[in-house]
Amino acid sequence: MLKDDNRKHLLDKFMKDHNYEESSLLEILHKAQETYGYLDKNLLTYVAKALGLPPSHVTGVATFYSFFKLKAPGEHVVTGCLGTACYVKTVDEIMTAIEQEFNVKRGGSTPDGKLSLFITRCIGACAMAPNIIVDDEVIGKATKEVVLERVRLALEGGRVS
Amino acid sequence: MKLADLQKIAEHELDFQRAYKYRINVCCSSGCVPFGALKVLKAFEDAVKEFGVEKECKVARTGCVGTCSVGPAVVIEPGDYLYQSVTPEKVREIVRDHVVLGLPVKDMLYRNEAFFKKQHRLVLRNAGKIDPSRIEDYISMGGYSAIVKCLATMTPQGVIYEVTRSGLRGRGGAGFPTGQKWGLVARSHSTPKYIVANLDEGDPGVFANRTLAEADPHAIIEGMLIAAYAVGASKGYIYIRAEYPLAIQTLQKAIAQARGMSLLGENILETGFKFDLELRFGAGAFVAGEETAILASVEGRRAMPRPRPPYPANSGLWGKPTLIQNVETLANIPLIVQNGGDWFAKTGTPRCSGTKCFSLTGQINNPGLIEVPMGITLREVVFDIGGGIQNNRDFKAVLVGGPSGGCLPDTLLDLPIDYDSLTKAGAIMGSGGIVVIDVKSCMVDTAKFFTDFCVDESCGKCVPCRAGLVKVREIFESITTGTGKPEDIAALDKAGNYIRDSSLCGLGQTAPNPVLTTLRYFRDEYMEHIVEKKCRAGKCFRNMNQQEAETQ
Repeated sequence: MLKDDNRKHLLDKFMKDHNYEESSLLEILHKAQETYGYLDKNLLTYVAKALGLPPSHVTGVATFYSFFKLKAPGEHVVTGCLGTACYVKTVDEIMTAIEQEFNVKRGGSTPDGKLSLFITRCIGACAMAPNIIVDDEVIGKATKEVVLERVRLALEGGRVS
Repeated sequence: MKLADLQKIAEHELDFQRAYKYRINVCCSSGCVPFGALKVLKAFEDAVKEFGVEKECKVARTGCVGTCSVGPAVVIEPGDYLYQSVTPEKVREIVRDHVVLGLPVKDMLYRNEAFFKKQHRLVLRNAGKIDPSRIEDYISMGGYSAIVKCLATMTPQGVIYEVTRSGLRGRGGAGFPTGQKWGLVARSHSTPKYIVANLDEGDPGVFANRTLAEADPHAIIEGMLIAAYAVGASKGYIYIRAEYPLAIQTLQKAIAQARGMSLLGENILETGFKFDLELRFGAGAFVAGEETAILASVEGRRAMPRPRPPYPANSGLWGKPTLIQNVETLANIPLIVQNGGDWFAKTGTPRCSGTKCFSLTGQINNPGLIEVPMGITLREVVFDIGGGIQNNRDFKAVLVGGPSGGCLPDTLLDLPIDYDSLTKAGAIMGSGGIVVIDVKSCMVDTAKFFTDFCVDESCGKCVPCRAGLVKVREIFESITTGTGKPEDIAALDKAGNYIRDSSLCGLGQTAPNPVLTTLRYFRDEYMEHIVEKKCRAGKCFRNMNQQEAETQ
């Protein structure tokens, strides 16, 4: 069961507004992720029950789409854009540098949960490639030096802009 | 609201705009916002007040002008002076010199006329000119007059006739004739009928549809309205990537405004015509752009394609007739209704009319969003509009059509851009990505990159795509790490052809394109990798080199 709090009320209301329809499942999962940060098993089971769907179906949908996160992300999130434009502009080298510098693997987090490193398949800022997103800030025309410095700052608790 | 009211709004809006001597359009699309466009907008609003010129100078928040590599971009009308890389610190000077003194600040202007010269803007007619958050702006440019014309003077058959005459083909990639598709849905007897507008721009390196939605959302809505009238649909969905928050907001606002003016809803323009639409969010699945997969996703399921027939025109959403159309196709529709199919067919080539929007990116001097007439050559796009290769390096290849497109070499630079020529060369039009690759890139590595992408994005339903692509990736793995064998080339070729010929949907059928085109045009690079264990771009064999270094 979910804890009876504001987040649950928000999700319940959203599901009710959508008449608990199966066709709104993606919308509901988006809302659930927005509210809780990620979709764990408990949450998926709750949504499945509310919509009268088998939990396997809801889990199947949640795992099919890469936008849905099934694990809690770290305190700071770095996302590298691995779109074509960024790739030909050597974003891979920056990603490797982050992995080495902060001892984190793509798709994972550091053991202390401070930093997660994700990849995305294109944020659509291709003209500014390569792009790296550090927390909410998009760094365009990124270089190894700038990105490593920015991540270091974020980990130290400093927020630029 | 009636036609006369629409004209009144347009006139009122134009009077309102004419009252200003200058108009400052600040591009606030997803390309410019991360680089400070909103701060620039605020700075302009403040500076105009500071200099006391707010009565003669309107500051507007607009969509994309296309020069995404030098953002934030600002255009001052009249005269279309385009300022590049504007920062809040530069704003005071621009307002003081340009608006107050009438002297454009020359050294901040974007002076690359070649970027715009060969472009032809139909779909992006309003992009960067209107404020997408104001329906009045769209109406003042003649917006919603096409749906009024349809409702007042045309039969649904008449609309389909004009669209057919225009020669418009689907801009989502496959290039199916739009008028023909509409005819199929219109002739389907089952009701209700649905429209799905495809804005699931999953191709990495492509942002043309997003830009359209952010710059001119009402053009998409009007296109859907006209399509709905023509085929008899009562409900529409815009399926949009969740990764496009600004486009989502813009569309949500536009839909609410259109409803408020009874341009959507139960009784549109008091004619009894009924149509409403909703947004549906994708969640990061490339395959969801495929037409049967998108239907599954709109219904709330995993985006997995199914065999056709039945075609969506007969059995789509919830088994009902459904028209699926890319948003770029839809944005062309109001123009065709306004000016007639024959007028539209004058642009482009006889078999391929109109224009196409492309995201032009990669190692090129002027990346950005462009719209060009069909039939323009790749050379014109890469060297005239794109300004050639960065750092004066040599051109190597151009990738057309996203991860399932083809890598074309310099010998094909004079290829005209149209569906048929591209397909013949082994590429596809796709949703409109052109990525330019210079000599510093390795074609084997590039093909491997796209294979990786397609392995990730394969939905897993059919075997050729699910297992075949993994096999292809294994071969690439061995070629790029030094264990490749000469027979790998034949194996790649064979696997690629199998996957292309036997996959269920467009994703699998086109996934081997990068492999097959690089094999066709850059075979010597494969041979170098296999025989000489050499990568001329220095991308491959890294681990091997490292090991060698360690043992030394």
